[in-house]
Amino acid sequence: MSVPKRGDVLHKLASGIEGFDDITMGGLPEGRTTLLMGGPGCGKTVLALQILVNGALHLGAPGIFVAFEENARRVSANGETFGWNMDELEKKEIYFVDACIRPGVVRSGAFDVTGLLAGLEAKARAIGAKTIVFDAIDVLLSMLDDPAAECRELYRIHEWLARQQLTGIFTTKVEDNHPSTAQRYGFMPFMADCAVLLSQRVTDRVAVRTIRVVKYRGSPHALNEVPFVIGPAGVEVGSSNGVHPESQPFDERISTGVERVDDMIGGGLYRGTNILITGSSGAGKSMLAGKFIEASCRRGERALFVSFDENSRDITRDLATISINLAPHLGSGLLRMEAIRSEAASSEEHFMRVKRLIAEQEPRCIAVDPISALSRVGGGLAARAVAERLIYLCRNAGITLLFTSLLEGVDPHLETTTLHISTIADSWMQISYALLHGERNRALSIIKSRGSKHSTQLRELIFGDTGISVADPYTAGGEVLMGTLRMEKENAVHSESRRPVSAGTNHEEGGK
Amino acid sequence: MNESVPTGDAPKGAYVFRLYLADGAPNSVRALANLYAICRRHFPDSHHIEIIDVLKDPLRALEEGILVTPTVVKVSPEPELQIIGNLSDEDEVLRALGLPQREMA
Repeated sequence: MSVPKRGDVLHKLASGIEGFDDITMGGLPEGRTTLLMGGPGCGKTVLALQILVNGALHLGAPGIFVAFEENARRVSANGETFGWNMDELEKKEIYFVDACIRPGVVRSGAFDVTGLLAGLEAKARAIGAKTIVFDAIDVLLSMLDDPAAECRELYRIHEWLARQQLTGIFTTKVEDNHPSTAQRYGFMPFMADCAVLLSQRVTDRVAVRTIRVVKYRGSPHALNEVPFVIGPAGVEVGSSNGVHPESQPFDERISTGVERVDDMIGGGLYRGTNILITGSSGAGKSMLAGKFIEASCRRGERALFVSFDENSRDITRDLATISINLAPHLGSGLLRMEAIRSEAASSEEHFMRVKRLIAEQEPRCIAVDPISALSRVGGGLAARAVAERLIYLCRNAGITLLFTSLLEGVDPHLETTTLHISTIADSWMQISYALLHGERNRALSIIKSRGSKHSTQLRELIFGDTGISVADPYTAGGEVLMGTLRMEKENAVHSESRRPVSAGTNHEEGGK
Repeated sequence: MNESVPTGDAPKGAYVFRLYLADGAPNSVRALANLYAICRRHFPDSHHIEIIDVLKDPLRALEEGILVTPTVVKVSPEPELQIIGNLSDEDEVLRALGLPQREMA
């Protein structure tokens, strides 16, 4: 039996898949059996193959892939589509066994897997295999057509693996994405040392893949379901959260693009931090995002503008009306704009896409407008996790991130961003409408700014033909004056202190 | 334990079988006995059995796509036929070989 002896230490075999190693707290149990369960099309085969490929490439651990259901050639060809050099790997590190049951095979009486194991043993020794995948083990078992024999043969393989000190990965189908419905092979999760359930659900017409460690003998593991995607480079698993990577602090301050805003947060944003801008529809969040991106390009720093649900041409046109001209930077390649339809994919896939864009563009500043679009499909929880990961990704890479979020409520103190992400934002700026004296003016306030002292006063935000500006604060009777009242006050102050100036000059201050 | 003569030497029209077994395993031992019995009964003068012990030649079975033991392959007459199991169900074997089953024989 494979019961570990006292004093045995459980070693883990890293899968090389970041999020997967997080939820299993280090990878698969080495020299033991792991079961990957899931419905059809869940990604079991890809995940198993990827673990094998990563082991061969990064751990110097060759492996064997036994394909019971899919043609081995096709499994290998699938691997190629993820950029894995299967031809090269198959020369030395990975050996495929085509174990599809031939049609027309006649069955007469009992049989067992002794022969297969003898063959695999010889092969494993020949190539120095450390890992072996039995893909669609249920197909082999169903051939036996006898519950007692199925159980016996599975244990035979299980014990053989333990004797050979091979790390075994079994994949098997379960119906309805639930392990207990796999009555037929219900004993499998009990036998395995580690059992992982993959599932695929459709939420709001968008498919969302999740992965969950059901059991892990002798090891703690993440209990929760975590989203994952099958991207162009294979399986990518969302982190189980809880991990808050430390980033290097930057002392350098960079401009938000609006000088007065920089002043309000103590001299600009710290590089590598992030700022959240919230506001209702039409408040001007995209304008501030555009200004921030333009400032980055003006400094000669590469930038990325990710826009959900609005196309790049409309954005550049709208920004041009307030003298934010992104076209030349787009032309020079300093700026990349990417418009993404939020409904087109799950939040997880959006994250993957943004991650790829970051890798391609290598920006120093990023604007994501609005990040709240992520929650429109696939549910808020997944979207929040994705938003968090995006923030950590940028922070770790030293990228300064500006992201906007639609705020549904009017009271900024009752935070109603759909993702509740303000807690992890370094700075948070709110644009609200101030209804006063028959006018509706935009009011800007800094709700938080980590590591800096910031203005607590409400300021009027003005979008003009020549740019964005923030008005000087004028108060009267405990109220911040805005709009006409502010202009009257400004004019009065100016005529007192110096010769009269033309109205509106102040408006342009930050835009220069 | 490939005790029999090479397949090529079998007389024309003979039944040629290749039996992959794991020497000593209960199912394999039974399959060997059953296959001999079937051959003696149905084609006493025109059969040939090649035995491959997968424990002695493990890679061969793997490369030839043999997954379980025992597996018997009818090499000739064509077409090739694969039967898995210890051959305890003789009727099933005869049906697969296109021979009349025992009740009728």
